[in-house]
Amino acid sequence: MAVTTSSTSPTKIEALRPQRSLWGDAWRRLMGSTTGRIGLAITIALVLVATLIPFIRPYDATTDRNLRIRLTAPAWSMSEEERTQKEFGMWDQLFGTDELGRDLFVRVLHGSRISLTVGLFAVSLAVVIGSLLGLIAGFFGGWFDTIAVWIMDIMLAFPSILLAIAIVSIRGPGLFNTLLAVGIVQIPIFGRIVRSAVLSIREQEYITAARATGVGSMRILLRHVLPNSLSPLMVQASLSIATSIISIAALGFLGLGAQPPDPEWGTMLSGARNYVGQGKWWYSAFPGIAIMITVLGFNLLGDGLRDALDPRSRT
Amino acid sequence: MVAYLLRRLVGLIPVLLGISFLIFMLLRLIPGDPAIAILGERSNEEQRDAIREQLGLNKPLFFDLSGEGNVFDTQYFTFMGNILRGDLGTSVLRRTDISGELMTFFPATLELSLAALFIATFVGVTTGVISATSRGSIFDTASMGIALIGVSMPIFWLGLMLQYLFAVNMDVLPISQRVDADLIRGFDAITGLYTIDGLLLGRFDITTNALRHLILPSITLATVPLAIIARMTRSAMLEVLGQEYIRTAWAKGLRNQTVIMRHALKNALLPVITVIGLQLGLLLAGAILTETVFSWPGIGTWILHGILGRDYPVVQGGIMFVAFVFVIVNLVVDMFYAVLDPRIRY
Repeated sequence: MAVTTSSTSPTKIEALRPQRSLWGDAWRRLMGSTTGRIGLAITIALVLVATLIPFIRPYDATTDRNLRIRLTAPAWSMSEEERTQKEFGMWDQLFGTDELGRDLFVRVLHGSRISLTVGLFAVSLAVVIGSLLGLIAGFFGGWFDTIAVWIMDIMLAFPSILLAIAIVSIRGPGLFNTLLAVGIVQIPIFGRIVRSAVLSIREQEYITAARATGVGSMRILLRHVLPNSLSPLMVQASLSIATSIISIAALGFLGLGAQPPDPEWGTMLSGARNYVGQGKWWYSAFPGIAIMITVLGFNLLGDGLRDALDPRSRT
Repeated sequence: MVAYLLRRLVGLIPVLLGISFLIFMLLRLIPGDPAIAILGERSNEEQRDAIREQLGLNKPLFFDLSGEGNVFDTQYFTFMGNILRGDLGTSVLRRTDISGELMTFFPATLELSLAALFIATFVGVTTGVISATSRGSIFDTASMGIALIGVSMPIFWLGLMLQYLFAVNMDVLPISQRVDADLIRGFDAITGLYTIDGLLLGRFDITTNALRHLILPSITLATVPLAIIARMTRSAMLEVLGQEYIRTAWAKGLRNQTVIMRHALKNALLPVITVIGLQLGLLLAGAILTETVFSWPGIGTWILHGILGRDYPVVQGGIMFVAFVFVIVNLVVDMFYAVLDPRIRY
């Protein structure tokens, strides 16, 4: 809170301002920025859809088929006559149907569950392991630090999707292996963030003070160092969920991720690919738009968090 | 400069060793049996042993300490020895030489990546400069909005949509492949880049045909780097335009264009080049997806077929090759900085 006005002393200003906690302040700043607000709105809406959809419209991918209406365009995109002739209402199959006559609208909504859960778990895995590695490497230094940094550098020097593909290719296709692969390739990102935060915090006077009062290393790490490296972690986590969701979809698209009939967005696009040439645009359009909106939401949220949590941009 | 290059080349050795070690360990540490991955669950133990024998997976990992035979007759040293000889093994499925296959598929990926890099750099830098000089204008807001959507888009989806729009709906561009197959029948490629080979051999029909095939995939592949380059150029330009020497340039009455191009852009370009360098990895990774969408016969589809066909040596060799290309490209980018920024001492 560096308020520098030449006429008034800083202490006076402090007294005039209502006291706010770090997180309260960050929250206000997040809500104050357009990007942050839109990002938060999109992500909250997605989480709501993903949690509520099984109750509103239960879905079983293994039994869902309706061959009578296979590869049907959304009713709203048809002409009036065509709709009456086929006896469709205006809002029937909002997103069209696929080669098994499954309603893509239902499948896309259910896909949000897969993408969000897998993305969240993959990033959590990376955050937990990455932070631990970073904490230990940064705080204790020594040979462990040297080796950890070397491995992380090499992993970062490598296109991450390629690494993910390599991991999945050995473990075999599937959703769980996708989660592992996407999580593992992000470990070094978090490891480096936490390590560099630790390196700068380690030399602070309050750490020396804590040490002088006889606080143990473990307690210093968990109570002083970790909380202070939390903000860059949160920003990166949000951005990482965005890239994870794209990677999950990419693996699904390549046939290495979720397997049919799971309504995963990338897997759906992989099926849609065979029908682009036949002009079935809706089949690929809607799952892709769903990915885009989700990723955009987390990207905006991450940008908003960065502005909100960065003390240097505080006004 | 030569000394710097030499030092960097020597510095490459531990990195390449590290990468090959990492890939070696990764493919072996991750739970899962390659023999089962190749043969499937229903294979019997005898078949599995045969494939392990063929791939050398029955040898110890690092050192043979059993006392029988050579201490270095192990998986790692065989693997490294073969790499140093340029031998990446043979495909399990096709029994072909992997290094040879790489050489036939690589030009396709190279051509696609170069075209995408050109589009991303040219359009990205131009957009960034115009955005920065007309800050807050409709163009600025619109292009930065599009750039944000661009980085959030799965590129394989963009590829499908472009295919639908331009190849199916409007039917103005080919939907897939590098070139019409009947055009290149009996055509001896020199570089393997059809656009260039067509020019070299006076077959302009091939060049134009290959260019038409290149448009959609290269736009697809260029999108994400383009968005990132545009955003970076804009912010770098904005920073430079606020400098004192720019005010001086305006004050001494230089033309608009001179100030922006000669004084501002030249100095803003350095961080932009860093970002362009970083995008090369993205291009290589994105190539796998783009090639899949457009049935582009490059390294990406080749590795993918290896994975889906459980062709273990192909996956290992292919990933190793891409990683090496990536490291070497990074070195070239670094050399580029050294040339462009006189402050960098070699």
